[in-house]
Amino acid sequence: MTNLRAESVSLGYDGLRVIEELDLTLPDGKITAVVGPNACGKSTLLRGLARLHPLDGGRITLDGADITAMPRKELARKVGMLPQSSIAPDGVRVAELVSRGRYPHQGWFGRHSSDDDAVVTTALESTGVADLADRPVAELSGGQRQRVWIAMVLAQQTDIVLLDEPTTFLDVRHQLDLLDLLTELNRDRGTTVAMVLHELNLAARYADHLVVMAAGRIVAEGAPSDVLTREVVDEAFGLRAQVVLDPVAGSPLVVPVGRYHSSAG
Amino acid sequence: MSTSTSTAVADLRTVRRRRQVLVVAGMILVVLVAGTGALLVGAAGLSPGQAIAGALGLGDKGDVFIIQKLRLPRIEAAVVVGAAFGLAGALFQATLRNPLASPDILGISSGASLGAVIGLLALGLSGVALSGLAFAGAGIIALAIWLLAWRKGLHSIRFVLVGVGFAYLCSSLLAWAMARSQEHEAAAVLTWTVGSVSDIRGEQLALVAAGTLVLSAAVAVVARLQGPLSLGDDNARALGVHVDAARIGTLLLAVALVALATSAAGPIAFVALVAPAIARRLVNDGGAALTASTATGAALTLVADVVGQHALLGVAAPVGIVTGLVGAPYLLWLLATTEKRSR
Repeated sequence: MTNLRAESVSLGYDGLRVIEELDLTLPDGKITAVVGPNACGKSTLLRGLARLHPLDGGRITLDGADITAMPRKELARKVGMLPQSSIAPDGVRVAELVSRGRYPHQGWFGRHSSDDDAVVTTALESTGVADLADRPVAELSGGQRQRVWIAMVLAQQTDIVLLDEPTTFLDVRHQLDLLDLLTELNRDRGTTVAMVLHELNLAARYADHLVVMAAGRIVAEGAPSDVLTREVVDEAFGLRAQVVLDPVAGSPLVVPVGRYHSSAG
Repeated sequence: MSTSTSTAVADLRTVRRRRQVLVVAGMILVVLVAGTGALLVGAAGLSPGQAIAGALGLGDKGDVFIIQKLRLPRIEAAVVVGAAFGLAGALFQATLRNPLASPDILGISSGASLGAVIGLLALGLSGVALSGLAFAGAGIIALAIWLLAWRKGLHSIRFVLVGVGFAYLCSSLLAWAMARSQEHEAAAVLTWTVGSVSDIRGEQLALVAAGTLVLSAAVAVVARLQGPLSLGDDNARALGVHVDAARIGTLLLAVALVALATSAAGPIAFVALVAPAIARRLVNDGGAALTASTATGAALTLVADVVGQHALLGVAAPVGIVTGLVGAPYLLWLLATTEKRSR
């Protein structure tokens, strides 16, 4: 049981506040998706949760303990984070990149043990990239590359995995592919997943817990079917939309109206 | 399920390590071949037998002098100084994540030279005190670049641009110092501007060798950080690395290596830029290739010195001129291809 929580957290850049006194608890063992318009502070919030961005106020706790009081390596054994658009160094191969996820588990002169190899192998297999182990990362397709990065975070063996827009630059099929993979991770290992997503309808389908943000605060949060209403979409995105039922998953499906195609209001 | 792939992961790592060892071994072979050549060839041609006897202190007194006092120290100096430049360059480029961010391009080497020249001309210093001023010069330039280029995080292109500015400033001041110097000092100033390994022997050689060895041992501690760092600041932090401390620690060691080597040999052009590039290309595993860069730096500098002494038409040229002739085209090629990639 690990519980990551933001307690009246303020975040910003150079004195410019992006998030003011925000509270959020990531439900344990569930998938949380954070959505919101551009520049609403959703990525900043995720970065704050992973201690990649300094807090202006408040605190982030893991099982009640302030994460800034924790050694970074210890935090890295409990909370994994995949930042937006990571770039692999030239020439690095898949197995080597995934092996770097073992860093927080190794000592000062830590060599790779056979345990490390087993963990890396499992990570490669569960993300479906074991066949690519000796290929240079730079030669892979976008979808494969994103799987490799997720394999690296998996090799970190954390109970909580945070992902900042993991589906950006992927086509629809690979977006679904990736979200299915994260669902398996959550179901098979009980990993708590929290991610920033752009695509509202995919977020509504894949998340157990949906957080809608606008202008640095949370507009609504809860089960997607409770949260994703016309009113909330309008408030957060300034978007007129109809919300219907996703015929496949039964989750809410946001159908935006726009200026030229409105029929029934 | 996974024992076969698990050994596959271990096998891949073995292959990778074998490649690193192979590159290092190859470079050592180059050093041995070039070193043997340098022992045998010269104004006084020696046979292998005479050279071995001379190295052991046996045989003809003249041969012993040539081998032990002239040729061997010069070879050792080229290897030690080249290794220090190669390692420093690899550390700079890895930790600043830019193949251009090498201490010679950034003006760290010229800072060390400037410090030494000020010590030499204005204060009349020599020996360890002179090395101290070279350290100070390199350190001041490094600090100034850091202060001007740091904006709550690493912007490696800003580092390079600010560093190039300082490199120009230092070389102008060096040129000015040369213009003001007496004729008999000008030769020494030339060492500090071009770089040469011809006059490093005895105590100074021992000092530089010992210092390089100690610093290399310290590098082993920060070497492991380069893997996570090469993935970018956010990824490195997420993996539990104290990014700023890791980067400052790495750069301090690299600056010390540059200062040490420069205080003895002057800023041998482009070795710190080119050696890691060659090493990384040969090892080709996406890592910083620290050991391979060290060996490549030693091999490159020794070969350049041998070429400068014997193979250039006309006069014997100091090693820095040869490395400059090799390094400048590489730099141009790097600039041209980087441009292409960023488009």
